[in-house]
Amino acid sequence: MARTIIPFGPQHPVLPEPLHLKLVLEDEIVQEALPAVGYVHRGLEKLTEIRDFNQMVQIVERVCGICSMIHAQCYCQGLEEMLGITAPPRARYLRTIWSELHRMHSHLLWLGLFADGMGFESQFMQCWKIRERIMDVNEATTGNRVIVSVNVVGGVRRDLNDGQLRWIGSILDQVEAELKALKKPLIDDYTVKKRTVGKGVLTAEQVYELGAAGPTLRASGVAQDMRMTRYAAFDELVFTPVVETEGDCHARLKVRYRELLASIDIVRAAMRALPEGELAVAVKDKPAGEIVTRVEQPRGELLYYLKASGKKNLDRVRIRTPTFANIPPLLAMLPGVELADVPVVVLSIDPCISCTER
Amino acid sequence: MQNVTPVTIAELKTACQAAKAEGCRLVTLSCAELDAETVDIIYHFDKDLSLKHYRLTAKKCEPVPSISDIYFAALLVENEIQDLFGLSFSGLVVDYKQTLYLEAEVRKTPFCKYSVAIANKA
Repeated sequence: MARTIIPFGPQHPVLPEPLHLKLVLEDEIVQEALPAVGYVHRGLEKLTEIRDFNQMVQIVERVCGICSMIHAQCYCQGLEEMLGITAPPRARYLRTIWSELHRMHSHLLWLGLFADGMGFESQFMQCWKIRERIMDVNEATTGNRVIVSVNVVGGVRRDLNDGQLRWIGSILDQVEAELKALKKPLIDDYTVKKRTVGKGVLTAEQVYELGAAGPTLRASGVAQDMRMTRYAAFDELVFTPVVETEGDCHARLKVRYRELLASIDIVRAAMRALPEGELAVAVKDKPAGEIVTRVEQPRGELLYYLKASGKKNLDRVRIRTPTFANIPPLLAMLPGVELADVPVVVLSIDPCISCTER
Repeated sequence: MQNVTPVTIAELKTACQAAKAEGCRLVTLSCAELDAETVDIIYHFDKDLSLKHYRLTAKKCEPVPSISDIYFAALLVENEIQDLFGLSFSGLVVDYKQTLYLEAEVRKTPFCKYSVAIANKA
């Protein structure tokens, strides 16, 4: 059999961001994959030396456009724990609402890209059309479509009034109806199944040992979601992780699709239970100590390690993003896959190189 | 930060093997410079949504044993630490030799002024 090495990326039609994989093939079958990253590494963690701990909120928001709000939420949550303060209940609920809206527009973006990766152009446009409704909500409630910048250390700096809550509810009704209509042509479609079922399979033991996170982990039957740790409003809201067991690309598709519907329910529940009260508590001290904090990003577990010594600048901000964790599982998915299926398998982990190259 | 166990270089691999045998998932490693000569490397493990951490205080001039043979997931983060902090990991299953993020001709590391790995690279 002919053995060939083929470069996949860093510029590739299915990759919105640069990731390079060196694929070792025997005929059309992948035998081995080796990643190369670093094309757009920005060194944002280093900025903590020149930006104070409040300014770092705006820095961490820029780690990733798609989940900017959740980065800031995780950072603020960690600093609040270090400072011994608690964000007011209304702020915790508002964070939950905006973070689930972020999860929805991220998953819809991915669904569109995944469909596009399979050549399913009409579904790509349909998913992104639905996503625009969520982007409209972001813009109307925060002033920005992507970097919503609602978090501050101690709470949030924007509120939602009753009219906005009713309007968001009506948008969610539309989105839910449109998503349910998507199930047959996207999840149950014959061609989609042919491209995804049995591709890039990992067992529960493999994903766990390889340190996978998020839908990549849950699609192999591991019921682990950081929202189960009860951060923000999840200590009062009912939450059950979405789990599939097949461990293939189709299972990862189903997890994200079902998480979209689950996020709609979470936002509705949070809006119904939104408590009255303050948006933020005052921060009087400077942080000191060491903390690890985690939240669930659309792509999985996000971890921040923060270290401070009572100065206005933190000593260290370390960010472990879910795509960084999902690269080793991707390397295990690829051997045995046909070259034509590599784009679908790569997209199935929802790679965010912006997060990885923070 | 709770549930932190200090480990030495000699104890590190045994401790990681024990963590794996317990069913812990390696979340990541965090590295922070302590002073001109030492760094902290913190190994974060998760089991049933609870974290535990091993803290290794290492001299910058001493190679740190890689745990990528125990946890393959450590491969990227150990290479990242080599690039950003200039530390050297011995026994990495794939060693990018400080070129994961940095170009081959780069002789400075972003997070540490002194770098053994980069000195070796030169």
